[in-house]
Amino acid sequence: MYNIDTTKESFKKVHKKKRNIRQGFFLSLIRMLGFSGAITLFVILLFVFYNGFQVLSWEFITQPPLEAMTRGGIFPVIMGTILLTSLCMLIVIPIGVVTAIFLAEYSKPGYMLKSVMMSIYTLAGVPSVVFGLFGLGVFVVMLNFGMSLLAGSITLAIMILPYIISTSEEALKAVPYSFREASLACGATKWQTIRKVVLPTAMPGILTGAILGTAKVSGETAPIMFTAAAFFTSGIPRSLFEPVMALPYHIYVLATAGTHIEETRPIQYGTAIVLITLVLGMNLLGIIIRLKQRKKRAW
Amino acid sequence: MVESKNIFEIKNFSIWYGNFQAVKDINLSIKSNRITAIIGPSGCGKSTLLRALNRMNDLIISSRATGQMLFHDVDIYDKDTDVIELRRRVGMVFQKPNPFPSSVYENVAYGPKLRGIKKKSILDGIVEQALIKADLWKEVKDKLNDSGLSLSGGQMQRLCIARSLAQEPEVILFDEPTSALDPISTAHIENLLQELQKTVTIVIVTHNMQQAARISHYTAFMYIGELIEFGDTNTIFVNPVNKLTEEYITGRFG
Ligand SMILES: Nc1ncnc2c1ncn2[C@@H]1O[C@H](COP(=O)(O)OP(=O)(O)OP(=O)(O)O)[C@@H](O)[C@H]1O
Ligand SMILES: [Mg+2]
Repeated sequence: MYNIDTTKESFKKVHKKKRNIRQGFFLSLIRMLGFSGAITLFVILLFVFYNGFQVLSWEFITQPPLEAMTRGGIFPVIMGTILLTSLCMLIVIPIGVVTAIFLAEYSKPGYMLKSVMMSIYTLAGVPSVVFGLFGLGVFVVMLNFGMSLLAGSITLAIMILPYIISTSEEALKAVPYSFREASLACGATKWQTIRKVVLPTAMPGILTGAILGTAKVSGETAPIMFTAAAFFTSGIPRSLFEPVMALPYHIYVLATAGTHIEETRPIQYGTAIVLITLVLGMNLLGIIIRLKQRKKRAW
Repeated sequence: MVESKNIFEIKNFSIWYGNFQAVKDINLSIKSNRITAIIGPSGCGKSTLLRALNRMNDLIISSRATGQMLFHDVDIYDKDTDVIELRRRVGMVFQKPNPFPSSVYENVAYGPKLRGIKKKSILDGIVEQALIKADLWKEVKDKLNDSGLSLSGGQMQRLCIARSLAQEPEVILFDEPTSALDPISTAHIENLLQELQKTVTIVIVTHNMQQAARISHYTAFMYIGELIEFGDTNTIFVNPVNKLTEEYITGRFG
């Protein structure tokens, strides 16, 4: 039984007041939680910058490390990460986009499609260190690529493949059906329709996914730890079969191994600043492309 | 009116979506260089029949056709029909204007480019001619490089007509081409259709009875998948034979 109070007063004041207090409480809680993300990011950035800004200089990003990495720059480290991620993207984008085209445009709903989708979702959920081990077993050892740029890039590519497939597929599916209809009614084949109408329309979305994927890949440590990353190389690699230095791995190594852990603290944080700048820059680029596309599109 | 030949002959033609028969055993001829209107209440199968004329229904996996659909005396549902060439010759304009998200020029040049025309000077000529025929040239000649999506609704629909004209079709199918447009744009397009009819055959699905009466030579009235009555537009609107037709055109149901 509910105790319903029907007097005018109760409607006007008491309930309203109670409700306002409760509403106010939850509203501020939600606000606080909402800001917690921004605050955390701010604190992390501040902390890293405070600890690392002193090493930042032109030399830091253009010179190789010196004297057991206690001095000098991180040029080969930056180059290593750029090479790893570029090669990875070169491998994964064609495969990912073609797979997405197959899934979005050619596959018929049914058992096959379901199992392919399931595999992709599962692959996306596998921890990155497992990809590292897989890469070590297959590319480094079995195929005898050694700890190398190539082995690391392929491993990273496999890791990011599900992400590229699903962002590309989403972009393709967002292309209105009426565009396809219009193209086919002009006497285009299905493939012509995909190449000339669907893909160009989906391109900004595919690109955004690729850029955000690149940002993800460039910060990964586990997949390259056993497959590509070297503690020290004298310069940038001259072939696909040489190991490379990489930003996330460099931070890991300086912070945990060697004899100069304390001495190299600022370099560790400086390296982190470079990595964060790279990742945030790419994320920003991805967001800008997405926003621009939203504004432009009128369908 | 000079007697004109049948460009389409539809014989005992049916279309199924799975087990549902959307078009039921229709017999109908479509005359060359005339406007034929298909009218009827919502869901009676007008679009389905229209889209059968250039096999756009093929895109719906569950759909299936039986009977004959002769285009220039050749059954387009034959196994060895070149569907691509059929759609080149039988173009289509849709209810919602659907230009591609590219420039006005690229929209119109799309069909010719598919057919391998690459030379800029030739393409320029085709684009200009198609836009003139679609009565859009004057409005867009200085903004051929603007996005097709930046035009007004009526202009977009005329752009779609120009895009279809550029493939030099013999027939253009219109599925409620003005239902998303204001009265002025609608009148503009109706005038345009009457102009176009001199060179292309037009089949138009419309919910607008006045439109059918105004512009078409022949009218087909459909009801729940069946063709109830077909004939001269005048006869259908002034002297319908069938009771259902009369009730529909006088607006007693719809
Ligand atoms: N893809 C489809 N799958 C199954 N049934 C369909 C499909 N498309 C249409 N139908 C059915 O076929 C019948 C005819 O549809 P159609 O779109 O041809 O009607 P219409 O006369 O054009 O209607 P409207 O005036 O509303 O456009 C309807 O009952 C509809 O529900
Ligand atoms: Mg319809």
